[in-house]
Amino acid sequence: MRIVVCVKQVPDPEAAFSMFKVDEQAKKVIPAPGLQWVMSPFDEQAVEAALRIRKRHADTRITVLSMGLETARNAIKHGLAMGADDGVLLSDAAFEDADSYATAYTLAGTIRKLGGCDLVLTGRQAADWDAGVVGAGIGELLGLPVISFAMDIQVERGAVRVERVLDDGTEIVEALLPALVTVSNELGAARTPNLRETMRAARKPVTVWKAADLGLAASEVGAAGARRVLERLFLPVKNNRCELIPGSAQDQAAGLAQRLREARLI
Amino acid sequence: MSGAPCILVIAEFTQTRPTKLTCELLGLARGLAGATGGAVSAVLLANHADGVAEELIARGADRVYAMRHAALADYHSESWVSAATQICRQAAPTVVLAGHTAAGADLTPRIAFRLGTAVATGCIDVSFAAGSLALTRPCFGGNARETVSFNTAPAVATVRAGCYDALAFDGKRRGEVVRIEPRLGEEAPRVRVIERRRDTDDSARLEEARVVVAGGRGLNGSDGFRLLEQLAAALGGAVGASRVPCDLGWCPRSWQIGLTGKTVQPELYIAVGISGAGHHLAGCGGAKAIVAVNTDPEAAIFKDARFGVVGDYQKFVPAFIEEVRKMRMSE
Repeated sequence: MRIVVCVKQVPDPEAAFSMFKVDEQAKKVIPAPGLQWVMSPFDEQAVEAALRIRKRHADTRITVLSMGLETARNAIKHGLAMGADDGVLLSDAAFEDADSYATAYTLAGTIRKLGGCDLVLTGRQAADWDAGVVGAGIGELLGLPVISFAMDIQVERGAVRVERVLDDGTEIVEALLPALVTVSNELGAARTPNLRETMRAARKPVTVWKAADLGLAASEVGAAGARRVLERLFLPVKNNRCELIPGSAQDQAAGLAQRLREARLI
Repeated sequence: MSGAPCILVIAEFTQTRPTKLTCELLGLARGLAGATGGAVSAVLLANHADGVAEELIARGADRVYAMRHAALADYHSESWVSAATQICRQAAPTVVLAGHTAAGADLTPRIAFRLGTAVATGCIDVSFAAGSLALTRPCFGGNARETVSFNTAPAVATVRAGCYDALAFDGKRRGEVVRIEPRLGEEAPRVRVIERRRDTDDSARLEEARVVVAGGRGLNGSDGFRLLEQLAAALGGAVGASRVPCDLGWCPRSWQIGLTGKTVQPELYIAVGISGAGHHLAGCGGAKAIVAVNTDPEAAIFKDARFGVVGDYQKFVPAFIEEVRKMRMSE
């Protein structure tokens, strides 16, 4: 069985808000000094899901696929150090400033070039734009069944069985392979690479492809292939007029109750 | 943009009524239609949904495209995507709106790709600016906002709960119900639902509560939620949580509020042991007032709070419950 996991490198979503700055003119995030770039956490959990499947199906090959700058190689290395078998890096100036559509188009084209696979896994959304569109888009472009927001994935007898998250519970669904599944945080923590796997990862192959290698026209990828126009990127305005209630826990409780009462909030 | 624009709202409903969020979308759609002289249509995919079409009209729809089929009885990704795409092709809308729910977030990207257009998920503002549609949404874990437009049509979007007002129910409003014959595939659906497990508690209560008491990592375990339940009961509110307690199993995952959870807009939001990461605030930032209870005076949540309590919640919350009960007694 072959599993392709699509991953994205993003600014560390756990970094303090004070490190987060945007250049409103350029409509880009300013890389603050010390801001780490990491594999998007939902994508890490997608790699984790693939590794759990391989544990039960030893003949599974896991490919980590990422589109991004040359530095996205580090996200692929992270996936390989977690235990994936090989990587594909799509790096080309032509891919830059892609929207969800152009990204899904490029990743779907890459999976076709790889000869297809049995299972495509992605995170439910990337922790930068938080759109949650690319996974479903890859599935649609490849004509695969799409199952979103997975918290548990089992593969048996050529079918995938997924427990997925609803607003008010969960449901279990099943589809024949090949299929595409997007992974939600409810899947549980992704493993941390150990030293031995990290050393081994250095020897695992990473293929680098450009648009021409995929047989995709420059007009279909990156900014040229985008359907979304980014008009503005900005930080929300915070009022920051918090009134701290002083005193002991008892004083604070009485003080808060009184203020909420005056404000007709309780 | 040629001709009068049509705004299409994909309805979600429970039993015999459209959801609150669906009514809010109709309110938004009326506003957009009013600005451009267009019409509002709703898509109703159901098996039996008596009275829902009429209420969609009473809440602002000029037309309801109603499709009935056993496969549409409950949200099912494949049949809903196929049915909604069929109706979009027939109605040729300029804008397609759905709620930012588990169903809406699953449905809309797939419809957009089938229609060859783009989608903006989790929007907090949708408006016409200089003749083109501008969609604003939180991104980067709620730390930033982006405003986007599309160079393809229709524009597809999901909208978060509580960003727009529903119109008052008007039983005198007139509209037409157009029955659409489903052209769902003859063959069995590729994705089969084996089982659904609904939470026993009424989680819709969280989104409609006037007061929400939410707990975070700082509760240090599930016991803290018992305390928050007592506080919520005293205030007549509901209990929610940030992502960490849900991931750690301290509380049901349907309590999760934030970018990947529910969006709530209560009058009062009491955040206990929640640091206030952007991804959490994306789900509660619309509350009228936030109270933050945290041991760390530097916690980001205080920047969004109207009132703050720096201290140990295990000492503060029981004392506060007593104060609230005293206040209730004297009423």
